[in-house]
Amino acid sequence: MSDSVKREQEQSLRELGEHISAALPNDVLGFEVTLGELTMRAPADRIVKVLTFLRDDANCLFSILVDVLGVDWPQRERRFDVVYHLLSMKLNQRVRVIVETDEDTPVPSVTGVYSSAGWFERETWDMYGVMFSGHSDLRRILSDYGFEGHALRKDFPLSGYVEVRYDAEQKRVVYEPVTLPQEFRRFDFMSPWEGAHYVLPGDEKAAPAQEAKS
Amino acid sequence: MAEVSIANYMVNFGPQHPAAHGVLRLVLELDGEIVERCDPHIGLLHRGTEKLIEHKTYLQAMPYFDRLDYVAPMNQEHAFCLATEKLLGLEVPERGQYVRVLFAEIGRLLNHLLNVTTHAMDCGAMTPTLWAFEEREKLMEFYERVSGARMHAAYFRPGGVHQDLPKGLAEDIYAYCDRLPPVLEDIEGLLTENRIFRQRNVEIGVISAKDAQDWGFSGVMLRGSGIAWDLRKAQPYEVYDKLDFDVPVGKNGDCFDRYLCRIEEMRQSLRIIRQCIEKMPGGPVSSQDRKVVPPKRGEMKKSMEALIHHFKLYTEGFHVPAGQAYAAVEAPKGEFGVYMVSDGTNKPYRCRIRAPGFVHLQATDFLSKGYMLADAVSIVGNLDIVFGEVDR
Repeated sequence: MSDSVKREQEQSLRELGEHISAALPNDVLGFEVTLGELTMRAPADRIVKVLTFLRDDANCLFSILVDVLGVDWPQRERRFDVVYHLLSMKLNQRVRVIVETDEDTPVPSVTGVYSSAGWFERETWDMYGVMFSGHSDLRRILSDYGFEGHALRKDFPLSGYVEVRYDAEQKRVVYEPVTLPQEFRRFDFMSPWEGAHYVLPGDEKAAPAQEAKS
Repeated sequence: MAEVSIANYMVNFGPQHPAAHGVLRLVLELDGEIVERCDPHIGLLHRGTEKLIEHKTYLQAMPYFDRLDYVAPMNQEHAFCLATEKLLGLEVPERGQYVRVLFAEIGRLLNHLLNVTTHAMDCGAMTPTLWAFEEREKLMEFYERVSGARMHAAYFRPGGVHQDLPKGLAEDIYAYCDRLPPVLEDIEGLLTENRIFRQRNVEIGVISAKDAQDWGFSGVMLRGSGIAWDLRKAQPYEVYDKLDFDVPVGKNGDCFDRYLCRIEEMRQSLRIIRQCIEKMPGGPVSSQDRKVVPPKRGEMKKSMEALIHHFKLYTEGFHVPAGQAYAAVEAPKGEFGVYMVSDGTNKPYRCRIRAPGFVHLQATDFLSKGYMLADAVSIVGNLDIVFGEVDR
């Protein structure tokens, strides 16, 4: 794709972003255009209004909800992003709407705006524990019946907590705590001269000693 | 006669049922033989791909995509590579783009051959499946010759493809393009005008254009309802804008129209494949940016720098600038998208896989309500779902 076409596309996305922000001054926190994609930010409690506008406005007509997903940022106060991807076949454009939330604050469900949101929200609930208020059927979807925890959270270990096997005596599948015959290895390939911080063996005592002195 | 009240019936369909296309469990509520409610239970093939990818470097994450929709593996790799390249700002040389399109279309053939004929099997036709699987085997041989693996190819890489086509492969694929149409005609001869097949599909699973959008449909499921939308035309990636092909569109939005679309798409894919081979220029098949694409083995024998690059790329991997990107391809089943969030390290911070099958399966309740139990089988077969990508 040539540069002029790219610039033109970014320009039209920027105009679209301005149009949406102007129409919803209190419901949109801002927008940016990066890598040829339009990203809008909105407060979580306004998401239904924003998506309804995007679907129905004559200059938007984002008729398809492509995806809803979560992203976990554990160091943030409101740790979850819920990302909505929309597609407008009329404009041939995509838009991404991001809202922030935490474990306790539910996000209003958009199943009333797009029917396809149902399973996406169930999956986000299953994987991240983000609650959606007003969803008629917020069950787990991908993980096992009776599964505990939310697997895609950053603090959920890759190996999980339980494993299953068929027990010949009990004639059924049993759950057991995960036992790894070998310790789980995490390779850290960051170069030492490119910003990784290693504590050399023996050095771990030096830092507390210095702190005690000062 | 005394009045008898009949309670609705609950039927568990699957997870071990040949017409469930893998591990689908449908909890059906029946009134006599009419489907009242259909609740798909999925996740029996959930492997945590997205979680695993967060713990792998970009190159190590790539082969997981073969294992999503294992019927057309390279189309999935394609979306991942496009998302990574978007974040890296990497250009793929023209020959690499043609090779990618060539194999993406072979993937489409693989997928449609399987779907059309297994759907026919759900409707009671055994023979087409056997014919199509023979052709699939031939196509997978092309996969094998180019990548060494019939299915889990890991052939598309960020920056291009792994290696150039071996000698004689392009000619063989070109010659094959003339051998497939007679088989397609045979398959059509058994199905299109067949009374049983028509009874099982015409006006079954009807969805209007508006509802198809509401349910987030894409690909053939959308085109079957009369919406001419194809990402290869609308938002062309790679070299699709230089190729000449038509997009078949249905009229009635029923299972039969979607079947016809798939048949026609196969013919169009053959057209694209022929054009790719005719137009394919010379030159490298992958980017020459040695900070992303590893050098060839021959180069490593002579150049110290190439050796260092090779070592670094296969241990640490390449670092991707922080940011977020969404890339979608027109996979045979619909829009397959990858949304990637990078934090600047050598591993994706978040890699979301948007699988078309997941979205389509969600609508089974909508599609099969009011139809007979046997029609539900036809609808599920026609949705074109593969559990590798639905469950991820």
